[in-house]
Amino acid sequence: MSTDTILIGHGAGGMLSHKLVHELFLKHFKNKQLAGLSDATIVKTTSHTAFTTDSYVVDPIIFPGGDIGKLAVSGTVNDLLVSGALPQYLSAGFIIEEGLPMETLEQIVKSMAREAKHAGVEIVTGDTKVVKRGQCDKLFINTSGIGKGIENMEHLWKKPELKAGDKVLVSGYLGDHAITILAARNNITFEEEIVSDAAPLNNLILPLFENFGHSIRFMRDITRGGLATILNEICEHKNIGVELNESLLPVRNEVKGICEIFGYDPLYLANEGKVMMIVEQNAAEAVLEKMKESDLGRYCAMVGEITSSFPGKVRQLSVIGGSRIVDMLQGEMLPRIC
Amino acid sequence: MLKYLDEYRDKDLAQNLVAQINYASKKSIRIMEVCGGHTMAIRKYGIQNLLPPTIKLLSGPGCPVCVTSRSFIDKAIAYSAMPDIIITTYGDLMRVPGTSSSLLKEKARGADVRIVVSTLDAVKIAKENPEKTVIFLGIGFETTTPPTAIAVLEASKIKLKNFLILSAHKLMPPAMAALIDEGTLIDAYIGPGHVSTIAGSKIYKPLVNQYDISVVISGFEPVDILQSIWMLVKQIESGIPSVEIQYSRAVSQEGNLKAQNLVNDVFEPCTAFWRGLGAIPKSGLKLKPEYNSFEAESLLPLEIAEKPEPKGCLCGQILKGQKIPTDCKLFGKTCTPEKPVGACMVSDEGTCAAYFKYNDY
Repeated sequence: MSTDTILIGHGAGGMLSHKLVHELFLKHFKNKQLAGLSDATIVKTTSHTAFTTDSYVVDPIIFPGGDIGKLAVSGTVNDLLVSGALPQYLSAGFIIEEGLPMETLEQIVKSMAREAKHAGVEIVTGDTKVVKRGQCDKLFINTSGIGKGIENMEHLWKKPELKAGDKVLVSGYLGDHAITILAARNNITFEEEIVSDAAPLNNLILPLFENFGHSIRFMRDITRGGLATILNEICEHKNIGVELNESLLPVRNEVKGICEIFGYDPLYLANEGKVMMIVEQNAAEAVLEKMKESDLGRYCAMVGEITSSFPGKVRQLSVIGGSRIVDMLQGEMLPRIC
Repeated sequence: MLKYLDEYRDKDLAQNLVAQINYASKKSIRIMEVCGGHTMAIRKYGIQNLLPPTIKLLSGPGCPVCVTSRSFIDKAIAYSAMPDIIITTYGDLMRVPGTSSSLLKEKARGADVRIVVSTLDAVKIAKENPEKTVIFLGIGFETTTPPTAIAVLEASKIKLKNFLILSAHKLMPPAMAALIDEGTLIDAYIGPGHVSTIAGSKIYKPLVNQYDISVVISGFEPVDILQSIWMLVKQIESGIPSVEIQYSRAVSQEGNLKAQNLVNDVFEPCTAFWRGLGAIPKSGLKLKPEYNSFEAESLLPLEIAEKPEPKGCLCGQILKGQKIPTDCKLFGKTCTPEKPVGACMVSDEGTCAAYFKYNDY
């Protein structure tokens, strides 16, 4: 690159912008649609197309196990997957603060290209804006995603039909991402390093769709608000409740320890590579076994079930046998974690 | 990190204690906890649902944020509006509503309000900003007073002229006595763990002697709390009230003498205003005359009267254990952790916040 720092001129539409697009974005996001540099990209879609968008403002922008670019791809890809769609295309919008080192931006763009390749998606359109110092914090990214609806998963496009006895499964340890970000901000180190779980979940989710189809009644990636918030959303306006068993929740000891110190509850912690699903009772064990075949689901667990008692509520049996109602997250636990 | 925690969350141990409590408890009793950490643990682990109907748990004024008067917040906000003032505070105070605003709102409007995790960070900010006056908001019970004393001694040692304290530090035993004097029916106290780590179990002896009340100082894990309740039940059933220490891994009879000496060197007792309880003699701490140059209210006098609680807010009665959060018409409707009306909802360890977060109503 001709300069080692992002300048206001990189967003002005002139020579610097031209160079930035060609020498950075086109160089790493190689594909035919993007190369045309037209104002809009024409893509082939199907009769059922999933469309989603998400913005990423995480601080710090680079952290153990990932960076804002990896998040921006995997987060949007996962939103498509859990909706029963096969991710195909992404857009990428960058809002960059002047003064961001070019090397940092390139590291993040490379990371996005790598994750897009993993997830089998193409970044086919994009935009760059540069703002004055102080008008944004280093780098914000927006990605929108388009995916093809998967035929035997149409039920995931609609309101879930849940029954008492259905099992609640999670694909692995809860809270790794949130605690990684917290530790990075506070210079906390661990005996065994905790890294963000940010990852596109194609290899975990697609085999489950193929093998279990309708037995998977509902799926959601566990991001901001954590498991508790998703479960509360499910219970809202329904005649069902959820019963969780605290002893069965997969949480690393290091994460538990940090939660003790900071007063957090792992149920509300954000993840960026974990999925929660509600599975028909008879298929639950087989789904767990299948998940364990993937590195992304090695530590999966059955953590609770749908119940007809306590309708509209999420109830948790505590480790000592007491019980309490688990509500939605109130306020914010950790700001700007994704 | 959790090597020594699992034993205190052991289901078999807990269930065994529940069985013992059920077996031993004959009389109807009212047990009050006066520590926000205990309030949260009781709700989090569903302990109240494991006890026999003979035992009623009450939450008292155990959260230092909740008992901080509105006029204290109003004063802090007034100081923050003055030129060249930096307010430093523990994070818990940021969202506490004063009469018409909070420190968080004032910060958003441009006031220089900074969260610190150590009193010495406040001293450091004063050193780094000689042209500004730094005010540290000292809140909390016996637990958080020693660090404030250390900050005053450090500021005195390095002759800082721009470091001040606005003290709302309080002492727990006078409030425990005031509650009984007010007529709140209490048979026993679960003694606060952190307060007692500093002050020792000796501070509750006068309470036992004067009011024939049982006190067991408890740790914060579910097995700790259940064992403390069991100890209290046995005391009451035997008719011999005393002060016992369940939390023996952290609490002694004498407490932390070094910390006590620090506090005694810097502070002296005074009348303090407790939200919900009003003015209680000798329940607060102010700087001794020799440290008057660090006293914000002496150097920057402000006349701000205590305003009544917002209409309908029952925080005062909840802090006394006379009402529970669900008795309040505002609870969960116009008063939530997102938009707290009263202090018991704003603090993470407030009774209303605990009920709301771990609700079983």
